[in-house]
Amino acid sequence: MPDTREAVLERIRSALGDTARSEPAEDYAAIPREYIRAGRLDPEARLQLFLERLRDYDTHVVETSVASLPQTIAAVLHGHGQKKVIAADGLAQEILPRDFDFIEERAASVDDLNACDGIVTVCMVAIAFTGTIVLTHGPGEGARRLTLLPDRHLCVVRAEQVVETVPEGMERLAQFAAHPMTFISGPSATADIEMTRIRGVHGPRFLDVVLVR
Amino acid sequence: MSIRVGESASAPSFQKAALPLLEDAQLRRNIRHATDVIQRKRGLVVAETTDWQELRSAASAIKAHTLRYLDHYLVQFEKACTAAGGQVHWAADADDANRIITGLVQQYGGDEVIKIKTMTSEEIGLNEALERAGIRAHETDLAEVIIQLGGDTSSHIVVPALHKNRSQVREIFRERMNLPDLSDKPEDLTAAARHYLREKFLKVKVGVCGANFLVADTGGVCIVESEGNGRMCLTLPDVLISVAGIEKVIPTFQDLEVFLQLLPRSATGERMNPYNSLWTGVHAGDGPQHFHVVLLDNGRTRVLADPEARQTLHCIRCGACLNTCPVYRQTGGHAYGSSYSGPIGAIVTPQLLDMRYGQSLPYASSLCGACYEVCPVKINIPEVLIHLRGRVVREQKSALDPEALAMKAAAAIFTSRTRFEAAQRLGRIGQWPLVSHGWMRNLPGMLGNWTRVRDLRALPRQTFREWWKRRAKSGSSGPKRKNGDA
Amino acid sequence: MHSEPSFLRVSLFITCYNDTLFPATGQAVVRLLERLGHSVDFDPEQTCCGQMHYNTGYQQEAMPVMRRFVEIYRDAEVVCIPSSSCVAMIRDHYPKMAAEQADPGLAHAVEELLPRVYELTELLVHRFGLEDVGAYYPHRVTYHASCHSQRSLHLGDVPLRLLRNVRGIDLVDLPNIDRCCGFGGTFAIKMGDLSAAMLADKMKDVENTGAEVVTAVDTSCLMHIFGGLHRQRAGVRMAHIAEVLAPTEKDTEGVVFA
Repeated sequence: MPDTREAVLERIRSALGDTARSEPAEDYAAIPREYIRAGRLDPEARLQLFLERLRDYDTHVVETSVASLPQTIAAVLHGHGQKKVIAADGLAQEILPRDFDFIEERAASVDDLNACDGIVTVCMVAIAFTGTIVLTHGPGEGARRLTLLPDRHLCVVRAEQVVETVPEGMERLAQFAAHPMTFISGPSATADIEMTRIRGVHGPRFLDVVLVR
Repeated sequence: MSIRVGESASAPSFQKAALPLLEDAQLRRNIRHATDVIQRKRGLVVAETTDWQELRSAASAIKAHTLRYLDHYLVQFEKACTAAGGQVHWAADADDANRIITGLVQQYGGDEVIKIKTMTSEEIGLNEALERAGIRAHETDLAEVIIQLGGDTSSHIVVPALHKNRSQVREIFRERMNLPDLSDKPEDLTAAARHYLREKFLKVKVGVCGANFLVADTGGVCIVESEGNGRMCLTLPDVLISVAGIEKVIPTFQDLEVFLQLLPRSATGERMNPYNSLWTGVHAGDGPQHFHVVLLDNGRTRVLADPEARQTLHCIRCGACLNTCPVYRQTGGHAYGSSYSGPIGAIVTPQLLDMRYGQSLPYASSLCGACYEVCPVKINIPEVLIHLRGRVVREQKSALDPEALAMKAAAAIFTSRTRFEAAQRLGRIGQWPLVSHGWMRNLPGMLGNWTRVRDLRALPRQTFREWWKRRAKSGSSGPKRKNGDA
Repeated sequence: MHSEPSFLRVSLFITCYNDTLFPATGQAVVRLLERLGHSVDFDPEQTCCGQMHYNTGYQQEAMPVMRRFVEIYRDAEVVCIPSSSCVAMIRDHYPKMAAEQADPGLAHAVEELLPRVYELTELLVHRFGLEDVGAYYPHRVTYHASCHSQRSLHLGDVPLRLLRNVRGIDLVDLPNIDRCCGFGGTFAIKMGDLSAAMLADKMKDVENTGAEVVTAVDTSCLMHIFGGLHRQRAGVRMAHIAEVLAPTEKDTEGVVFA
């Protein structure tokens, strides 16, 4: 096995020939990057764009304030008739409605995930232009399977977490680069049968976003 | 060395493989519909991306840079991934990779694996190798499920079952999933697949995936998908094995900001695909606790060694070139006889095989350039096709090949005025037996391919140069200018 | 777009296939350029640009053909070529071919030559600054945008701008205007069935416009499209764009009256 590694690396080097190479970092820095990095929308327009994109994906969107967040979450859950709801470990307790009986993620088995009515998490960053929510699976975001197996996902997004462009999103995520990460842009879909887009093959079919201003 | 690219070493020539496909009216209708839909969607999301060309330029430059330092980045990736708890293996060719992966599965005591669609595994024939070792590989992408249950092969890089319509899919599911009352509504078919696969996701201990991107600076792996089966395979099993071509590596996490904008738009015409997953080695308490990456050469170093064709390795497997290709539109992917079809398949397949197989593939193109226009990483596919045609002629063709002889004769004609004018006169004289009412409808030999579907006008009585000469003599030539202009 | 007030000496490269099969294309080019006040010369040493050989993989055989072209037009003021694929061959590949020969003299000659080479409509619109050449062509015409004209020369709508100013013309949009017709040079012979399938789609689009005439900046595409239409007795004819731009109300040769 070490021989194969050396053999492949040797083949690469000889394929590249004897041309002198500068330091990779120097060559890397010379890569032209004239694409858009920073967004140009003001914060309100950015939020509106984000919400519009979410609605395009049939995401159910509710706006609320910090003070009303717990009631809003309760209202959404009751509205869908959800009773068995798992809350991600590490969620700040003050955001959850007191009178709702959440199952703790750490107490939930795989069967519980399959059988529950939904989950509640926060996220790390959201990208307006593409309608994307990014989880880095830290406190309050749940382990990866939490947002995968159940059928409904309620995600709390704070307005200040919303950036406009993908490069801005990646910049915010850079410090979490070694974390597991999941980018969610609408419910899962397939177009594999006659190019008809069908939602919810695996993964939650229903996404609720509560935007906190 | 046993390099393998799907079944391409035993595939018929493109022309031959195309014949039955051209007869398949269902297939041709499905392909036209599918490619029209994806192209329209792509057109919309690209039009609204005002920095599209700048993104392409950056992506192409990042890939070119990475290839120039490929050894450096692979070593960097290996180090970072290993430090994060992953194990990195190196495979020289298909057999090597299959041996490593089979060994790993057996090591963990599994007799079945769940898989996310990965073209790389089709390239090396992984499923067949696992089968020979008594290990069942369950595909979990809806299209791959359709293909696997239907005993078929994929005809498109991104939408592999594009050649099947809903009633064909229903028949497959009815029989293989034992669902006699299944309707052919896409929602019902999808629900059947969801149910069938959920059981597998929860039970099978070993997952196999590919990689869209290997991130060198963090040791991370990124998978881009739509259905969620990727996330299932990446998080539920105990063991995860990723097989990835060495060209999948990119320098930094930040570079994803370019590729994640280009890939979803190019592949499925979306601003962003539903799910992207990124993980680094092993994460305690979350996902597989054993992670292996198999870095695959399988001929890529050959492509790297050809400076004119090296750009082939920029490919991020978006499939946009397939969707826009007017040749692919007529036949779908099976005509290419390889795990990789369409314009990219035409250039990568023969190169991986050192031009010993797939020699008809570089000719399966009219050089229209539509592929280059849409390629997010700016692979100049027409240039590479022409280059590979040169290799076929130089490396594979006998000097006595009829086409080679005809080309030599034509070159001799084009390098002399006397010979050229003589050939024109000869053609005009020699055509008479073939001409009827000013037209030729039945040319002999190779040229018969023209007249099978087209008429050819007879060579006119006077060539342009003869007309010119006559006109100059008669003095009736010259620019029309007003008096006084010289 | 600047207007060129002085008159030029235009060296015509007719192309091997126009010379032999479609002299009317060249005759129309000459008629048009002379009407606009320019003088045309034609060097009978010319033969071919080398595209057929180069694109089919016979790059070594193409080299002497390329050298010949460069030599013939070394001193030309301006070279006009009524074929976008030949111009693409020269622009896209001659520099590379010269570089591969490790012949700095040749490389230099190519570099000097390229800026003087024009496809016909490029010459009219970009060099002469004209979009109205005083043409008269009272027919229903549809225009096919050949691949090299769009993707190598980036001609865009230059030919259409010229066509829109033709008096009497009934110009109809061609659906899938820039989808390849399936000619592809030797592709039409080597991959005959694919070429036929692509041709079928293009003919369908042409016939659906109800046009009498299909035009393009390349007679190569046209001989393929028209070859198929003629086989079908579809009642559509072909005309190189020069043949549409050459006739005027005073000089109607080329206009087919009912």
